[in-house]
Amino acid sequence: MTQHDSGVTFGYLDEQTKRMIRRAVLKAVAIPGYQVPFAGREMPLPYGWGTGGIQVTASIIGPDDVLKVIDQGADDTTNAVSIRRFFRRVTGVRTTEHTTEATLIQTRHRIPETPLGPDQILIYQVPIPEPLRFMEARETETRRMHALADYGVMHVKLYEDISQYGRIAKAYDYPVMVNGRYVMAPSPIPKFDNPKMHDAPFLQLFGAGREKRIYAVPPHTSVVSLDFEDHPFEVQSWDRVCDLCGADDSYLDEVVTDDAGGRLFVCSDSDYCAGRRAAGHEGPAAASAAGAALSETMTAVSREADGEGTP
Amino acid sequence: MILPDDVMIQAGGLTKTFVLHTQGGTAIPVFRDITLTVRAGEVVALHGPSGAGKSTLLRTLVANYRPDAGHVMVRHGGDWVDMVTAPPRHVLAVRRHTMAHVSQFLRVIPRVPTLDVVAEPLIALGEERTAARARAGALLARLNIPERLWSLAPATFSGGEQQRVNVARGFVSARPILLLDEPTASLDRANRDIVVDLIREARDDGAAVVGIFHDAEVRAAVGARLFTLERRETAA
Amino acid sequence: MNAAPLMEAERPLLAVSGLGKAFGARRACDDVSFDLYAGEVLGVVGESGSGKTTLLRCLSGDLTPDTGTVLYGPNGNGPGLDVHALPEGRRRLLMRTEWGYVHQNPRDGLRMGVSAGANIGERPMAVGARHYGHIRAQAADWLARVEIENDRLDDRPVTFSGGMQQRLQLARVLVNGPRLVFMDEPTGGLDVSVQARLLDLLRDLVTRLGLAAVIVTHDLAVARLLAHRLMVMKDGRAVEHGLTDQVLDDPHHPYTQLLVSSVLQA
Repeated sequence: MTQHDSGVTFGYLDEQTKRMIRRAVLKAVAIPGYQVPFAGREMPLPYGWGTGGIQVTASIIGPDDVLKVIDQGADDTTNAVSIRRFFRRVTGVRTTEHTTEATLIQTRHRIPETPLGPDQILIYQVPIPEPLRFMEARETETRRMHALADYGVMHVKLYEDISQYGRIAKAYDYPVMVNGRYVMAPSPIPKFDNPKMHDAPFLQLFGAGREKRIYAVPPHTSVVSLDFEDHPFEVQSWDRVCDLCGADDSYLDEVVTDDAGGRLFVCSDSDYCAGRRAAGHEGPAAASAAGAALSETMTAVSREADGEGTP
Repeated sequence: MILPDDVMIQAGGLTKTFVLHTQGGTAIPVFRDITLTVRAGEVVALHGPSGAGKSTLLRTLVANYRPDAGHVMVRHGGDWVDMVTAPPRHVLAVRRHTMAHVSQFLRVIPRVPTLDVVAEPLIALGEERTAARARAGALLARLNIPERLWSLAPATFSGGEQQRVNVARGFVSARPILLLDEPTASLDRANRDIVVDLIREARDDGAAVVGIFHDAEVRAAVGARLFTLERRETAA
Repeated sequence: MNAAPLMEAERPLLAVSGLGKAFGARRACDDVSFDLYAGEVLGVVGESGSGKTTLLRCLSGDLTPDTGTVLYGPNGNGPGLDVHALPEGRRRLLMRTEWGYVHQNPRDGLRMGVSAGANIGERPMAVGARHYGHIRAQAADWLARVEIENDRLDDRPVTFSGGMQQRLQLARVLVNGPRLVFMDEPTGGLDVSVQARLLDLLRDLVTRLGLAAVIVTHDLAVARLLAHRLMVMKDGRAVEHGLTDQVLDDPHHPYTQLLVSSVLQA
């Protein structure tokens, strides 16, 4: 990778750091689901804003990459906009909102609805990488449990959910078994997205900035959500479609549209929704005033965000 | 070991001294070089003055006390077991299947009901719980322990009642060897006669009985052969 | 009644030889040897600091001894497993299948943050039980066996009394039928009345399940009621070892005599 311009290293991190992080990434790819410690650097964002994902992205991004950043499925939220602008500034690479155009996608909370291909890499921002943490506070012990595949406590938690709520209550960051060996936290994506991780054709990298861990799911790796025989893993489903684009296969967010209790259910993946609308799909509320207003707002914000900071 | 078929206990060379380390190592010799043979279908009464070591000998036979020398061979099914040298699990097997010891005091877990206290030896042999309780109840009834007491723990019972519970526990499973330490000591005449009947029945069924009976009438009633121990002076 | 034949050729479940462990200059456990057979309960008695707990931790693999070996012969064939040579994963598996450990303080042996049912279900789940309904039914059955009302199945142990917590710990350990259980002062922190109930329960379970157990206690009355055999420890050494009632009623070693004569009679 070449130096972008004088003073600032390409991708913000110095070459030494990038080399160290790439080594961690390689190790993570070699041991699917295993959390590799790395010497995380201070980033010009606070923890919780995606510093882990940013360091991974910064270490693997090249001048020819096209970067997409999403937060809760949307390209137009503050966090996504800031990170996208940051990378444009420190690398000069092209950014995009279109899932199909991107080579690198840094994400918080979602996997895009549009299926990714083998030439794409998905980089997750991870707040809490340790899936055993809620049952075992000691880091030395959780490491030993991973080393010995001593995972009984994971089902203790699921049992507890069913006994207290009648079902497994965990709706996001739903624990998975990777490659039949390591239990892994998939980051706070909705469990709706868990099946997309299994046997995926694309590389998945996970970066936790505060806890300084990197882990990975290489292409075509088995990723199985933990469950019971009589309480099998199930994804969320809706008895309605996206109010704007009519999609019945996408993860829906509830959006409050006025002060009178008006609500719309729309795709959380803004690019997916926009793409469908552009292709002529219409949801039940597309023609309504609220729907039109929401659609207009999303487009405007998106345009604004994209325009901002363009070199 | 070649012994007649009806020999159940063959003890020889038994010597016992208590050494009290907490009292300057005082040695209290109790008996020396005792030889005792007990056959099936006989009652042997250990006889002698107080302090002659009757209880100590009885406890040595059941391996509650460990002698300084000698052996206690016991016929246990098809095996001979030396109670002095056998490992604990073999001694316990002998006690479970072959040898009952009715001591003067009942020692049980505080809250266990009387019926279960008595049924326990049967359950330990694998008998089904309901059947074991039924047999325990029948024996308690015979010993005049009123049914309203069966569900209570025996700790609160009178001395005589506790003794009868203890006797019931000893007789509930028909073990071929019975060791009885003053089984009628605190009983009234009527209950004493019941215990005497139990002993005679066991003897007639072929049990080998060794007992301490302070009461000459009881000794006569069970047809006991006397085995006399001499009182020993404390050695210097 | 026919007596069961004594099997002279039987092999011990646990064979301990020459076990030693020092902490600095202090020998907490010194040259301890014994065999434990299936269904046998060994009581280890002695005063605080006599090395009882160190011995228990060495036996269970929790501590690595300086000298000696602990062999566990699960199948009765071959030399048995050298407990301290096992990889930790195997030892952990042993501890949640064929072995169990009951802590003096139930808080050390329970997960206080999850329900009684989850506590009991953990061992089966750890070894692959994956049917919620079956796991729950088994937990309910064990709750009843340790005399806890069934409507407490979904309650957390923090809401239980000390005696109930200790009984729950027993259920958690015994649920998948271990053959060997280590217990460290299992009745230690309990009120006397609660202790009696637990003792009765423990004795009943041990007999019914044919468990082998090593029970550490400083309470001779507890030892008398639970243990078939006793080992008396002083300064890390086993000073006397034999049939429980023999050791308590006819103690030979000066220290055992002192211990027995020091017990207060109520």
